[in-house]
Amino acid sequence: MRQTCVNMVFELAKRDPRVFYIGSDLSPDIAARMTRDMPGRAFMEGVSEANMVGMAAGLAMEGYIPFAHTIAAFITRRCYEQVALDLCLHNLPVRLIGNGGGLVYAPLGPTHQAIEDIAIMRALPNMAVVAVSDADEMRRLMNQTLDWPGPIYIRLAKGGDPIVSRAENGFQIGRAIPMRSEAGASVALVSTGIMTKHALTAAELLSEQGFKTNVLHVHTVKPLDVEAIRRCIHGVRLLVTVEEHTIIGGLGSAVLDSLIDDMGRGAPAIRRLGIPDTFAKSYGSQDDLLETYGLRPAQISSTITEALRLMKAA
Amino acid sequence: MSSDVAAPGADLEANGLDERSLYLRRLVVRALEGGGRGHVGSSMSLIEIMRVLYDDILVYRPSEPEWSDRDRSILSKGHGCLALYVVLADKGFFPLEELDRFCHRTSILGGHPEAGKVPGVEASTGALGHGLPIGVGRAIAVRHQKRQSRVFVTMGDGEIDEGSVWEAALSANKHQLSNLTALIDCNKIQSAGRTSEILDLEPLADKWRSFGFAVAEVDGHDVNALRKILRSVPLDPGKPTTIICHTVKGKGIPFAEDDPEWHHKSSIRADVIRDLYAALERA
Repeated sequence: MRQTCVNMVFELAKRDPRVFYIGSDLSPDIAARMTRDMPGRAFMEGVSEANMVGMAAGLAMEGYIPFAHTIAAFITRRCYEQVALDLCLHNLPVRLIGNGGGLVYAPLGPTHQAIEDIAIMRALPNMAVVAVSDADEMRRLMNQTLDWPGPIYIRLAKGGDPIVSRAENGFQIGRAIPMRSEAGASVALVSTGIMTKHALTAAELLSEQGFKTNVLHVHTVKPLDVEAIRRCIHGVRLLVTVEEHTIIGGLGSAVLDSLIDDMGRGAPAIRRLGIPDTFAKSYGSQDDLLETYGLRPAQISSTITEALRLMKAA
Repeated sequence: MSSDVAAPGADLEANGLDERSLYLRRLVVRALEGGGRGHVGSSMSLIEIMRVLYDDILVYRPSEPEWSDRDRSILSKGHGCLALYVVLADKGFFPLEELDRFCHRTSILGGHPEAGKVPGVEASTGALGHGLPIGVGRAIAVRHQKRQSRVFVTMGDGEIDEGSVWEAALSANKHQLSNLTALIDCNKIQSAGRTSEILDLEPLADKWRSFGFAVAEVDGHDVNALRKILRSVPLDPGKPTTIICHTVKGKGIPFAEDDPEWHHKSSIRADVIRDLYAALERA
């Protein structure tokens, strides 16, 4: 997904003279290729996120579509005011590409893990927030970034992630994709990013145990496709959101925010699965930390069967 | 673009300000009266910088603020916006009467300038340290488009405490942005006190030189000196320029000059407005 994303910047740049690339201090290959083929449209600006984002805003004010790229934790935390004011207040078509969303940088520790990026990006007016599931879907997303009028935060996963998206489902920013729909489903899993793969596996496990399960892939957390969520949860007993992100302010919060006002007694029970309110206490791999937080497919499945059992007992 | 052709020293009052400078300051007081508040000292120190930019230096069309070949002027110290507003109004970007509605609910003129709301405002500023990075991006953009447009970014001296200013300075040097000029309204006072005591910036000119800028220092209230130096930018054809404009906070209002207390005032009473106008009367 990561390589596909930067390759797509190159492809888009060849196709559209408005595309610029501003790197920080990684992926020198893309900047070099662009400089070779399209001089003056790619820069490596060093470890200076505030300037990167302000500079991207300046380019966008003059009609360009800059892709600003660095580690997700840095492009969201370090320069938040620049993102808020230079990009969102001016509503400029800058694309922020964040490497290593969620727990990808598990071995590097909490300084490098973007666990609240979705929350803080989605809190900003005009910002779109997208976390695709795999490289194929990244390609579909990137093809749409030329036409989106405002800023977009693109959360990248590790790379080499299993392909779960399907061409026939198409892709539209802001339009969630039903990945699995079962007649008479009792459980709805709503997920984003690579957690959709885990949600699909968990759904298989639940199905084996007799629990019919829908899975909705919400690649765009903002703007949120509320209608698709309503359709997905229609008739289910339990709605479970699944995200590689703190449960404060991410997908689960967004889903609750959007549903709470008009959900009556027919509302399903809701569980939010994600990272608890903590920085990582250990290292290891991304999967190790997912396991720590109960986000591996078998854990998701067992959390859900337990919730259903308790609901039945009640 | 009109041109102020006052000869050096002509038409000057005791405080060194000519009638046009006094007129623009009276317009600031008009807005202060309309809004009942505003950054008094921060605007008064900026008047001659804004005046000379818009009278003599910048290329622009008030009837077509987005004209592609205009020079871009970004007021990065957004809290000094009254100085910009009065000049833009005087130039016809919007009616002078809008100054009477400063900070009113439906006015286009707020306590910090917003692009898209105020014709002629190039970027929404107020949070500090944003103008120079944006200016770097715009300077790269207009150069890429092979336009003759230049980019001017006006900052406060307190503002350049911000690290983002120095990140942008590194970048401007790297890209050899000779079409970019940073102006510093160096009034030596920030909100809470003197810059020398809060976070010393000296040696300021040497700092900018070491970051790769061609640097000049000028009396920021001397209209002729400002014209002369600004007509000569870029000072070095291969470098971005910094002009350090030595100014007096609250300039033109004797009881407010060089006094941190006059950085910003809210609930300005009618008698204070009278005093401000009286201070700006010709001797």
